[in-house]
Amino acid sequence: MNQIGSVVKVEGLTRRFGDFVAVDGINLNIGKGEIFGFLGPNGAGKSTTIKMLCGLLLPSSGKGSVGGHDIMTESEEIKKNIGYMSQKFSLYDDLTVEENIRFFSGMYGVRREKRKERMEWALEMAGLKERRGVMAGTLPGGFKQRLALGCAILHEPPILFLDEPTSGVDPLSRRTFWNLINKMSGSGTTVFVTTHYMDEADYCHRLALIYRGRIIAEGTPMELKERFMKRHVLEIEVERMVEALDILEKKGVDAAIFGSLLHVTVEDVAQGIADIRRTLESSDIQVDRIEQIVPSLEDVFVTLIEVA
Amino acid sequence: MKFLRIKAIAKKELIQIWRDPLSLAIALLMPVMQLFIYGYAITFDVNNITTIVYDQDRSSLSRELVAQFRESGYFSLIAYVDNYGDIDVYLDSGRAKVAITIPYDFSRKVRTGRSSPVEVIIDGSDSNTATIAEGYIAAISLRYPQRITTRTVTPAMDPRTRVWFNPELKSRNFIIPGLIAVIMSVVVALLTSLTVAREWERGTMEQLISTPVKTSELIIGKLAPYFAIGFMDMVLAVLLGVTLFGVPLRGNIVLLVALSSVFLFGTVSFGVLISIMAKGSQSVASQIAILSTMLPAFLLSGFMFAISNMPKPLQLITYIFPARYFVTILKGVFLKGSTLSLLWRDGLMLAIASALVFFLAIKNLHKRMD
Repeated sequence: MNQIGSVVKVEGLTRRFGDFVAVDGINLNIGKGEIFGFLGPNGAGKSTTIKMLCGLLLPSSGKGSVGGHDIMTESEEIKKNIGYMSQKFSLYDDLTVEENIRFFSGMYGVRREKRKERMEWALEMAGLKERRGVMAGTLPGGFKQRLALGCAILHEPPILFLDEPTSGVDPLSRRTFWNLINKMSGSGTTVFVTTHYMDEADYCHRLALIYRGRIIAEGTPMELKERFMKRHVLEIEVERMVEALDILEKKGVDAAIFGSLLHVTVEDVAQGIADIRRTLESSDIQVDRIEQIVPSLEDVFVTLIEVA
Repeated sequence: MKFLRIKAIAKKELIQIWRDPLSLAIALLMPVMQLFIYGYAITFDVNNITTIVYDQDRSSLSRELVAQFRESGYFSLIAYVDNYGDIDVYLDSGRAKVAITIPYDFSRKVRTGRSSPVEVIIDGSDSNTATIAEGYIAAISLRYPQRITTRTVTPAMDPRTRVWFNPELKSRNFIIPGLIAVIMSVVVALLTSLTVAREWERGTMEQLISTPVKTSELIIGKLAPYFAIGFMDMVLAVLLGVTLFGVPLRGNIVLLVALSSVFLFGTVSFGVLISIMAKGSQSVASQIAILSTMLPAFLLSGFMFAISNMPKPLQLITYIFPARYFVTILKGVFLKGSTLSLLWRDGLMLAIASALVFFLAIKNLHKRMD
């Protein structure tokens, strides 16, 4: 990660919709070539933030720049230097793969002599060479998303904004996708990506967690895990999970469901294991397994939200 | 402004129209259908007015008068009656539109050189037909004394009317040119009104406005294909008007093309403006497009109702609808063979209106989502 100055820098970025404050005075500072992850649950303000950075939405207040251009006054300059991929597929369903690519290469003003090469590159990257004549609307989700990415980077923008690029995409396609993002970051592209998949956060160089319009934590994935998880995480396997959760929460224990398991946070591991076993078994709930685990970012997030 | 971008947008738009059956139908079928339907349905010529006669005189002179009505071709005599009660029955039931009553002393008065009132009752519930019937009757009664002039008095005045520009007084001749204006406004505005609204509705606008495309490029790129389609429709309508409906095209074709282009440019700009205002709803956009073009084009353009007959305030309102100028231009070029020296005022107003709407469209399209 070669951080030469900041590519995205905002202070006090705020957006209100009537009385509702969607984004509440956030600060960001992102360097060149960084993959910056913007994490948070649905409705936390991720999309609103990304739209303000792309010049699609005017901030209510705050200041800053993207690629050296002012976010309040130079949105059209910003648009020359970015690629944007929206949360919802927003290419033309009634145009073929190739027609979409050609159209956007025109919109981005890709020079005539480079156009052919860039279009072929996008088709190759998206794995759509065989399907160039297919209507975009009929593509499966993973291909749609890669086509959208291809269209957004036809002009080789130095900054890329991706809004939930992997939502609704199968795990294999997600992996391919992240490999691609990594490659682009390696060649100097700054990537700002939002996601609500916590497991994807580990692909990012740096993260900000946003909750109810505010950034509640920021740092590298490792830093976040170390700094914010002073407490230890126990993973519990029980039969009657929901009931167990209920009992633990009544006792004041920090617990949450993770798939088919319960995660609880405790101050002391040995003491915690003993306490939880006793509590659950006194309610006739069989504990099949209980052990300490390395916290995931999701654990970090759950803990932070409970504090916030 | 980059020509490359405008071309890319225009091309994309054309592909989308081509793949959308509804747009294609509006573009190609609607103008022809409208021309056929309105061209055949709207006519102010009134023939075969059902007429009854109450001839109290029963003389050769009174029969001659009735024959005049019958021979004119406008009236069809369906019955003779012999009392006023029957006249009521025929008119009330709508079986007759006109009743002629010839008084007892008709022939006596006429022979002695005096004028005799002939009572003509017209069913005024269809005021248009009534007015026209009245005109025919006046014409016939004017001619009447001439026929028997040797036996009576020489009329003091001998009116000889000549009708210019449309000698056969065929209403189709002035309806078709006006109709072309109506069709062009409605079809083109309707078609164009979908273009921006569709992008918002389908969510494709979000991607489009994240690119460095300029609003002027976007608007011109979107206008161009609709202008081309409108122009094609225009040529089609003129050809049909001339060949199928036999409307004379007396004026200069270059002038017709030039002024029509100005009007078309204004109409596509207006369609785009509506589309921008109706942010995100194609159905709202299309309804506004139909309402805001159909009504003024039909009622306030001088297409059907002469503007000079309207109340003054209404006359002033007509000036804000470009269809008014275009109807004047089309009627002038088609029927009178008018040249630019006569039509420049209307042409100038069209140009100003078109430029204004185009400017408004560019001003109102924002590359933002709020």
